[in-house]
Amino acid sequence: MFGGSLNSERQMTTVSSVAEPAPVMKATKPSFWQGDQFFRLVVLGCATLVLLVLGGLVIAMGVGGLQAFRVFGLDFVISNVWNPVTNQYGALAPLFGTIGSTLIAVAIALPLAFGSAFWLTAIAPAALAEAVGTAIQLLAAVPSIIFGMWGFFVVVPFMAQHLEPILHHSFAHTPGIRWLVHGAPFGTGLLTGGIVLAVMITPFITAVMRDVFLVVPPMLKESAYGLGATRWEVIRRVVVPWSRAGMIGSVVLGLGRALGETMAVTFVIGNANTIGWSLFEPRNTVASLVALEFPESPAGSLKLSALLALGFLLVLISFGTLSVARWFLREKS
Amino acid sequence: MSVIANTSGTIAAAPAPFPAAVALEVRNLDFYYGTHKALNDISLDYLSRRVTAMIGPSGCGKSTLLRIFNRMYDLYPGQRAEGSVLFDGVDILDRALDLNMLRSRIGMVFQKPTPFPMSVYDNIAFGVRLHERLSRAEMDARVEDVLTRVALWKEVRDRLRAPATGLSGGQQQRLCIARTIATKPEVVLLDEPTSALDPISTARIEELLDELKRDFTIVIVTHNMQQAARCADRVAFFYLGNLIEVDTADQIFTNPREKQTQDYITGRFG
Repeated sequence: MFGGSLNSERQMTTVSSVAEPAPVMKATKPSFWQGDQFFRLVVLGCATLVLLVLGGLVIAMGVGGLQAFRVFGLDFVISNVWNPVTNQYGALAPLFGTIGSTLIAVAIALPLAFGSAFWLTAIAPAALAEAVGTAIQLLAAVPSIIFGMWGFFVVVPFMAQHLEPILHHSFAHTPGIRWLVHGAPFGTGLLTGGIVLAVMITPFITAVMRDVFLVVPPMLKESAYGLGATRWEVIRRVVVPWSRAGMIGSVVLGLGRALGETMAVTFVIGNANTIGWSLFEPRNTVASLVALEFPESPAGSLKLSALLALGFLLVLISFGTLSVARWFLREKS
Repeated sequence: MSVIANTSGTIAAAPAPFPAAVALEVRNLDFYYGTHKALNDISLDYLSRRVTAMIGPSGCGKSTLLRIFNRMYDLYPGQRAEGSVLFDGVDILDRALDLNMLRSRIGMVFQKPTPFPMSVYDNIAFGVRLHERLSRAEMDARVEDVLTRVALWKEVRDRLRAPATGLSGGQQQRLCIARTIATKPEVVLLDEPTSALDPISTARIEELLDELKRDFTIVIVTHNMQQAARCADRVAFFYLGNLIEVDTADQIFTNPREKQTQDYITGRFG
């Protein structure tokens, strides 16, 4: 029945059907709808849509802000005057507040998150680590308005009555940092904004950092333990260097969230468009300024354009942060 | 500590003229993963400056036993050992034991090369710095010494400062062995050290074992019976958490006493 030359074909067919006569393998071209080509177009469309939305967003902000950029030129970025009455708009004060509060937040959150992630992955008993890990994820899911109200009713009074007076008394005469604790302890201000932001982004950074620590190969850690290293030495010399890229990623995630955060900060930062060394005085952030003044900006007004221009700058800063992180990651690998 | 000539009787094939001292003395050892008992009442002596191979099918407990000797199981909750393992007159299972000290004296090499994310030089210096304070020149000498001993010095002398991850797999594994002997341990544990390597790299590691047993007691877990036959002085066969038989390599591979051993080495199961 089968010729010698059909031997290979026969073997192939035995896989599916044993006794049937060998069907000839025919290369049929699948129709457009069921083939790879269709699928490829669909996913290409999805990917392109993301790019278009991103580009459209930036362009919309930029075009909307064009009027403000035309009127003020470079002054828009380097002037700290924000005066709707005289129609003078400069972005420096809210930019200062945004970057300042974010840096404070990251400075507080990073060690907290690192410690928590370290404890969760290397020290905590399994059951406890799971419970605390879940709690951290829940904390990360709390809407930011909740942090805003909590900040206003709990953190602000605490700052005004306890922390700020203590800091003021301790450092008011220390050269170099006395300007940081200058000013009346109102409770609302840059430091409070930074602290509330820190509480908000700590769970994010912790969750990501924990995952990053967990993917370090157990055998690599055992190798270090096997040489007689302590937990801390294993973390510092092996786990952290191995997961540096992921750790930077976790911080960038926190940074991005802090930069754009609106509600949590608006409640506690004081909303004054000023610049200064003092951590206690009220400041403002880009997001919170836009949120507060947007309803009072008529369409077509210079003020609305200035707010859109602020949005454009905020997007640029976020992109810049990400690019810097990418650059770090590239240098590493 | 008592000096035991050869626990299994035959002395004919013993490679040294003098009876060897016992480096590790395992007595009535049980091991549990939670409620699952993985080792049953193991008693076994590991002779000093000999290569002892542990063979047996997957899940027989040989790697479990290896990981008891440096208390690696301590990292994981729910794992516990009962019985005793005497090392230099001290029970390794003693809760109060200084684990970091123990692990500097009983080193371990793993299934896959595990270079740390640092330079070739620092990979070796890392372990040494945990236990000794050496001057720069002393450390340089130590690094060169151990790299020479694993026959890696000539290959890496010009890239000591380069990341260790850039070496080939075989080179990485020899680096890991160098890193392990750099802390001057008495015992070196190897957990299937060539399972991820090509045949040439494997042969080089096997040659190395012959060299290393002059100074170290070597315990190697292997799935490869040819490897056990080539490298080991003594072979212990494990099955389902039990020690079935321990004897000289010659005896195990030519004339095993137990039927289960014979079935395994002839490939009837495993």
